[in-house]
Amino acid sequence: MKKYINTLCFMCSVRCPIQVEVENEQVISIRGNPHVPAMKGGVCPKGVAAMAALNDTQRVQSPLIRTGERGSGQWKRVSWEEALDYTADRCKAIFDKYGARSAVYCERANLISDISKSFQKAIGSPNHFTHDTVCKGSINTACRSMIGYTDGQINADWTNAKHVVLYGRNVFESVEIKAMNSFMAALEKGTKLTYIDPRVTITAAKAHDYKMIRPGGDLAFNYALMNVIIREKLYDTPYVKRWVEGFYELSRFVDPYTPEWAEKETGIPASEIFSLAREVSRVKPAVVFHYGYRGSHHPTEVYFRRSILILNALMGSIESKGGLFIKKGLKDAGYKAGLRTFSSQKFPEMEDKRRFDGCGQDKFPIADPAHGVGFMFPHAVIHEDPYPIKMLFAFRYDPLLSNPDYNTNLKALQKLDLIVASDVNFGATTALADVILPESFFLERSDPLQIGSGLKPAINRRIACVRPRFDTKPMWWIVKQLADRLGVGQYFPYETAEDIWKYQLADLDIKIEDFDETGFVSLSDKAIWWDRNDGINFKTPSGKIEVVSNLMESHGIPSLPAYEPLDRQPDAFRLMCGRCVAHTNVMTQNNLYLNHLVPENRLWINEGRAKKLGIADGDRIEVASGAGKGEMRAFVTDLIHPEAAFMLHGFGHKEIDSKRSYGKGAPDALFQERLHDKIGGSPALDHTWITVKKL
Amino acid sequence: MGDYIITTNPNRCIACHACEIACKSEKNIPLEATLGKIVVLGPKMVNGKPKMSSVFVPCFHCEKAWCLEACPTEAIRRREKDGLVYIIESLCVGCKACIMACPWHIPQWNAETGRAIKCDLCMDRIDQGLEPACVSVCPTDALSFGRPEELSDKTREAYAHGLLERNLSATSVR
Repeated sequence: MKKYINTLCFMCSVRCPIQVEVENEQVISIRGNPHVPAMKGGVCPKGVAAMAALNDTQRVQSPLIRTGERGSGQWKRVSWEEALDYTADRCKAIFDKYGARSAVYCERANLISDISKSFQKAIGSPNHFTHDTVCKGSINTACRSMIGYTDGQINADWTNAKHVVLYGRNVFESVEIKAMNSFMAALEKGTKLTYIDPRVTITAAKAHDYKMIRPGGDLAFNYALMNVIIREKLYDTPYVKRWVEGFYELSRFVDPYTPEWAEKETGIPASEIFSLAREVSRVKPAVVFHYGYRGSHHPTEVYFRRSILILNALMGSIESKGGLFIKKGLKDAGYKAGLRTFSSQKFPEMEDKRRFDGCGQDKFPIADPAHGVGFMFPHAVIHEDPYPIKMLFAFRYDPLLSNPDYNTNLKALQKLDLIVASDVNFGATTALADVILPESFFLERSDPLQIGSGLKPAINRRIACVRPRFDTKPMWWIVKQLADRLGVGQYFPYETAEDIWKYQLADLDIKIEDFDETGFVSLSDKAIWWDRNDGINFKTPSGKIEVVSNLMESHGIPSLPAYEPLDRQPDAFRLMCGRCVAHTNVMTQNNLYLNHLVPENRLWINEGRAKKLGIADGDRIEVASGAGKGEMRAFVTDLIHPEAAFMLHGFGHKEIDSKRSYGKGAPDALFQERLHDKIGGSPALDHTWITVKKL
Repeated sequence: MGDYIITTNPNRCIACHACEIACKSEKNIPLEATLGKIVVLGPKMVNGKPKMSSVFVPCFHCEKAWCLEACPTEAIRRREKDGLVYIIESLCVGCKACIMACPWHIPQWNAETGRAIKCDLCMDRIDQGLEPACVSVCPTDALSFGRPEELSDKTREAYAHGLLERNLSATSVR
């Protein structure tokens, strides 16, 4: 019999609401959840390619224990009992000798993060980090320094915006379907899109105005915009008076950063900076300067992200229709309680609270410990700073290819006594693991409920659509089994997904059956806005938008440091990395259809410079940086700034068991040097200089 | 295209190819065969600005179908009720005459079965009141499925409504 099941996708981290058509345990089709109009009934290519991922025989099919050298692809198939006992025994031996703090747990933040964090607290290690730290650690820090919320707690009102400015936020390739469709409808009604990127993307081709900026020039560009906005009094005066702390200091600070000055730093004509400032201010506050995610990751990133938020503040757009909004949760919708969490239980005191990354402590005092600073992982392992790290739980996150500097990452992973990986596929770190505890695919598992905070908050549910194809388990089951064997099973009071849902809903008058028809429970029919004149609940010490930030200044970090010009290396290229619509980070390159659609990455270089180097389109080239050297093919084009080079993230896989993606393209991590934003915590993924020569 | 037409709105198309992947995965088509194809031009620089455009090319289900006429085994048929042109797989001998005869070489080759395959506009879905897989999966509604006469009505009405709206507001200003 045919069934239609509403669940949440997980081909990327967006988790779009989808409807899965199932007959006789086979998935017939995957579409957008029809109860969510902005999905338009569709899914992206990754979503539809989930069908191939489900039945892929190149998945991890059972628990495995390594028998050959790390990465040799030699495994022993074992039972869950044996794999879990083996893992727990190895953990105990390591914890006895080095303490539980010697374990680091990393994951792609997801629906079971609450359970993962409980596990790490239960075993007594302070060391947990998420993939978010690599993508948007500095955005998070910037947001908290200015408005007291993380980037995950705000969003853009795409539907009502009148002018949207994107800095490499490639909305039509790094796709969030609901947001994209809302924005597309707005564009059809006349909303303006200005897109700023050293590289032409699909989003650039949809923009009214595309600016091919010099790589890294975004901060200078923004300071010049502020200069015009303040000098010409284009800002929202009542809003700024009411909500902005530090406007006087800002006015003085941006005074020297004129459009003429910025023209030299960015390559964007001064006249265009003047006209953009004037144009956006005409439709304020329905203006979005988008704060993330991809692009322009440099050592000064926290100041760049702050500059974007300051522009929104000047336009009066934060918590204004058509601007940015603060996401509303259960409390704002009138509920007295939220979902009950496992991580809020009382755990034993930790022996040592010092984190491996010094996040929220000595090394990164204002970065967010909820996500950590994953960039520091190889450093902590190699230098045993602040103490020896001996094991890694790599749960659905791949530090080898995701962190900059592949060679250093590899050295750190090889130094570990134990790597435990949980993954659906053989990822790069998974392939190096000592034991693999394979997770069921998202179509095969139910997960904890998700709070969908937003203008109209909801609670969403992922539910298993088909039985597992192979001998795999949901992560919450794996974590509990490990916890049981490590003597801390009492913090995981559940046997089934239904038990978890009941636990989460214990304080609410919502039943599990309420999710059956649509896959979610809506908590508010109306969009919840706070009164922008007097009711915005900024979570900063002053209750305002802090251009001069208490969080920063109290740690001796300047809010508005003088601009440092970008260096120039005329014979090199500034390497940028990014995304395409076909792939999610390092996870999907081996998918049957997605691999066919985009099988390899090439290095984009400007045609004028390629000509001087004797490089033609499609040529094999050698790429080198201070971090490493590798080979790939060139894409010679006029679609990129002469100072920049670009490659897609996520390629250059060398996992023997992932046969389609093996050896295709090169990993950006191989070339990216270990550079980072020392305040915000993000790696400076777009700051490395590379040289290129024809092979 | 039989009694139907699929149209592309290039402003909405993001060149994501979900249409092609849905076709392959839901219709069990070999990886190398593409029954309905999204053809994308760009992004490319035109007068200093990045531009792109696209058009979806499924089988046209021609009134005078070259493939049908070329087939020596009558494996290619036309549905009486809506004019869709399809292949009866068991009758195909793999001679490839249909591929050669079609001016756009739209019939594809299934190397696994040694037979020709072609887009039937998802007649099974149409019979259930659904849109073809390619159209229904499109995440931006760039593809539309309908009858040619409806399409003309919709487009004309949308255009004319826009004009009338403008006239009305112009009048009220005066």
